[in-house]
Amino acid sequence: MEHVNKNSREVIPRDPAKIKKIWLTALILLVITSVEFVLAFTMERGLLLYFIFIALTIVKAKYIMLEFMHLGEEAKPLFYAIIVPLIFLVWLIIALMKEGVEIFGVRW
Amino acid sequence: MSSTAIEIQPKRGVWDGGNEPLKASYGKLMMWFFLLSDIFSFTAFLIAYGAIRISYPAYAGEVADFVSSNEHWPIPEMIFDAVPFVHGGHFPLIFVGLMTFILIMSSVTMVLAVEAGHRNDRNDVVKWMLWTLLGGMTFLGCQAWEWTHFIHGTDEGVILTYVNSFNNVVSEAVYGANLLVNEYGPAPFAQLFFFITGFHGFHVTIGVFLLFLAFYQAAVGVYEDRGHYEMVEKIGLYWHFVDLVWVFVFTFFYLI
Repeated sequence: MEHVNKNSREVIPRDPAKIKKIWLTALILLVITSVEFVLAFTMERGLLLYFIFIALTIVKAKYIMLEFMHLGEEAKPLFYAIIVPLIFLVWLIIALMKEGVEIFGVRW
Repeated sequence: MSSTAIEIQPKRGVWDGGNEPLKASYGKLMMWFFLLSDIFSFTAFLIAYGAIRISYPAYAGEVADFVSSNEHWPIPEMIFDAVPFVHGGHFPLIFVGLMTFILIMSSVTMVLAVEAGHRNDRNDVVKWMLWTLLGGMTFLGCQAWEWTHFIHGTDEGVILTYVNSFNNVVSEAVYGANLLVNEYGPAPFAQLFFFITGFHGFHVTIGVFLLFLAFYQAAVGVYEDRGHYEMVEKIGLYWHFVDLVWVFVFTFFYLI
């Protein structure tokens, strides 16, 4: 869709539906952030709260990458070239969390 | 002596060149792969934060009775509780919430600029780039204040026992933070604060320069002459990434 207007200098009028969608995404991001903010003060600190925070953050990341960065509209190979390498992070998280727990055991 | 030219059209496979397998321009593709590598840099920082945090005891008591010590990891909402112009108040996470709001809004205006670029609408691009630029600079200003406050610390300070730079064990009041000792928690807490928010702030700084470039070039008509606003789109990708990283920094550094 980005390539449709290349080399034509004609100004195309605004599409209200598209602009509405952008503001709707913004609203969703702000509401999720507000929910996180409220939960930080109302819920007991613990694994459940951390899990909710991480889940909400991943939802926000999804909205930013798909709606703002238009990753969903790119060709599928490009989409997977960006998303699939992130699997390596799963290993890094597991390895370093275990390492942290071991250091805790040695030090304290 | 034939004067007839026969045009041979070889059958083209996917790998014979002449097509775009990823249907994206070179610049956008490279921006995406740069961002992928940057994702790894930032996640390395954040996962290291998690590993170091988990290697220290968590604060065990009630949140309201929190006292900072270098023996346990601090509760972020009890540390980041200052706002500008109000001395010594307790407003947990208010300021950093405001910073998050500013950065998300500047990301929204950036999408609107990219959308205007698709429509070749120079006036709209310039308008939304200016809003994005303002948002970026405001965020940087907020971060500068946040760092200043973090480094200078509270009036009371905290009495800590630690090994100073001459390798002596000392017990004295500590104000604010540096890489050796800080009044909020164990030394790595401040080190990670400086490195993670600093690395992010460095990205924002570069982003602000790029935003200014796009704003200026759009305003003087460089992109209109070029016939497309792809540069706005590429800088937009970078700017959304900066916002994306902040969303994670906010969760892992300020909420958890």
